[in-house]
Amino acid sequence: MELRERYEEDLALVLGLPAWLGLLVALAVLVLFPLLAPRYLVYIVTLMAIHILVAIGLNLLTGYTGQISLGHAGFVAIGAYTAGLLMVRVGVPFPFAFLLSGFSAAFFGFLLGLPVLRLTGPYLTIATLGFGIAVHQVLTNWEGLSGGRMGLFIPKPSIGPWTLASEAALYYLAVGTTGVLTWIAYNLVRSHIGRAFVAIRDSDVAAEVMGVNLMVYKTLAFGLSAFYAGVAGALQGHLLGYIEPQMFTLFESIYYFSMIVVGGLGTIPGSILGAVLMTILPQVLSGLREWLPIVYGGTIIFIMAVEPWGLYGRWLRIKWWLKTWPF
Amino acid sequence: MAVLALQYALNGLATGSLYVLVALGIVILYRTSRILNFAHGDIATFGTFLAFTLITRLGVAPLLAYLLTLATTGLLGAGFYSLILRRAKEATLLGQIVMTLGFALVLNGAVVVVWGADTKVFPSLLSETKVYHLGGIVISQLSLGSLIMGFFLMVLLYLLVQWTKVGLAMRAVSQNPLAAQALGIPTRRVLALAWGVASALGASAGILLAPVTLLDPFMMLDPFLKGFAAAVLGGMDSPPGAVVGGLVLGVIESLFGGFVSVAFKATLAFAIIVLVLTVRPEGLLGREYKKRV
Repeated sequence: MELRERYEEDLALVLGLPAWLGLLVALAVLVLFPLLAPRYLVYIVTLMAIHILVAIGLNLLTGYTGQISLGHAGFVAIGAYTAGLLMVRVGVPFPFAFLLSGFSAAFFGFLLGLPVLRLTGPYLTIATLGFGIAVHQVLTNWEGLSGGRMGLFIPKPSIGPWTLASEAALYYLAVGTTGVLTWIAYNLVRSHIGRAFVAIRDSDVAAEVMGVNLMVYKTLAFGLSAFYAGVAGALQGHLLGYIEPQMFTLFESIYYFSMIVVGGLGTIPGSILGAVLMTILPQVLSGLREWLPIVYGGTIIFIMAVEPWGLYGRWLRIKWWLKTWPF
Repeated sequence: MAVLALQYALNGLATGSLYVLVALGIVILYRTSRILNFAHGDIATFGTFLAFTLITRLGVAPLLAYLLTLATTGLLGAGFYSLILRRAKEATLLGQIVMTLGFALVLNGAVVVVWGADTKVFPSLLSETKVYHLGGIVISQLSLGSLIMGFFLMVLLYLLVQWTKVGLAMRAVSQNPLAAQALGIPTRRVLALAWGVASALGASAGILLAPVTLLDPFMMLDPFLKGFAAAVLGGMDSPPGAVVGGLVLGVIESLFGGFVSVAFKATLAFAIIVLVLTVRPEGLLGREYKKRV
């Protein structure tokens, strides 16, 4: 066990030479990856980054604050359509549309957070599920807004004179955004906000007694979580170049949910791990597309039955076992 | 106008009786184990497809096929509880709900793999076009049949819960599982039975609904949400509440669809959930909503 002597050491996210070296190597690999890897793999890793973003957002809400959400595809859809519609119909430049996609999703997250303040457990689950279905239905039926089932073609993003048209450019955009937002999430969960979230999860009445303003923090959790999902939605729209309501169904919401369950509820590394695995899984099983729900469902049941803290929890246990090994 | 309203109300009662069957399954499980079973709709879908195969492919007599289906889905629900859910270690409430979600995915996927995603016509003993006239209002044989079957199953469930020893044990477990266990009630077997009964109720709703809606892997999603809304409306821990809630929801929905707007009929259930939870969280017939820290 390393000994921490100063307060700054306790605050540091990355401590010690091996950890810094590991981080630098990881960054170098991420930067060099699109120059060396085939285009298909670059696309997959971009998709992974987008899924990581949704998973971290969902984990902030479900894993940390204990508010289950089965409607996250709705927030992803709101982000994707905000960015797309602003760029196509209004002609807003990409950086602003990109930011606004996150904020509009956050706004809807805040709106959803208000009525569901009173809801817990199954009630909350159904309310969020209903929200996801409602977004999907509005997008399908309100053709004047969304283009309905015809879908919406999204232009390639451009910052000033540069157009981010290639896979590599989109890769850097997605991975960069995910990197920054992951770093923010890491810091957020150990700030007073993160601790308030955890207190609400463990007992909302006790948290309130200790001075956590439930209304502020619950709606904040919904808003933050939706912000992450909205940004991910905008990225997804740019990556695919085309969005339609059928991409944001209940199944997608459950898919995102399974990521954090598999990776580990209430941990950031768990979200990343789960998102990476659940992105690879459909690619590996691409010939067995209709078996996917069974695989997802079976995985969820298996993980919950055997290791409720997910794969990251199992990894922590293995690490602990190695550290204390002969005993 | 009055006749039309009566007509809509009657149609609503027929649909409502199916919501009641779904809601009762949800309430029975919520009451005994505080779990919202997300696989409820998918167990029912699975059962309906099973009945479809038994009748059309294997040529089993319909009534026998229905009974076989109810038995199988009952076993499926009880099996999921006693073989998987109960054995999960360190399972929190959230964890258990997540497991039912996983089970729902597995069942739904299995239905798609085995039977395909296309819609099928479910053969029915009763006809939708043959109608009876009662004064000025009309009811089809099918609606009348599902209304009668719905009420028959409700009475059966009432007798089971209120007048048998097993029912007494179920009520005891739902009131206080630990005390029930200490008094020698086999809690786990009773809970498995509750899962079985709830699943079979869901499947019976599916069989009654399938001739109207056609058969497809996602047919029970909407009735499941409506059943949940009905359960919330009546009170999540009260079976009579589920009956009242389901019937009221069916009638309101039918009147709303007839007089106000058909397009927003689907969102009405969610509006009702939000309204009930804001005004009276314990539901119409539920006990007072208390919370322990």
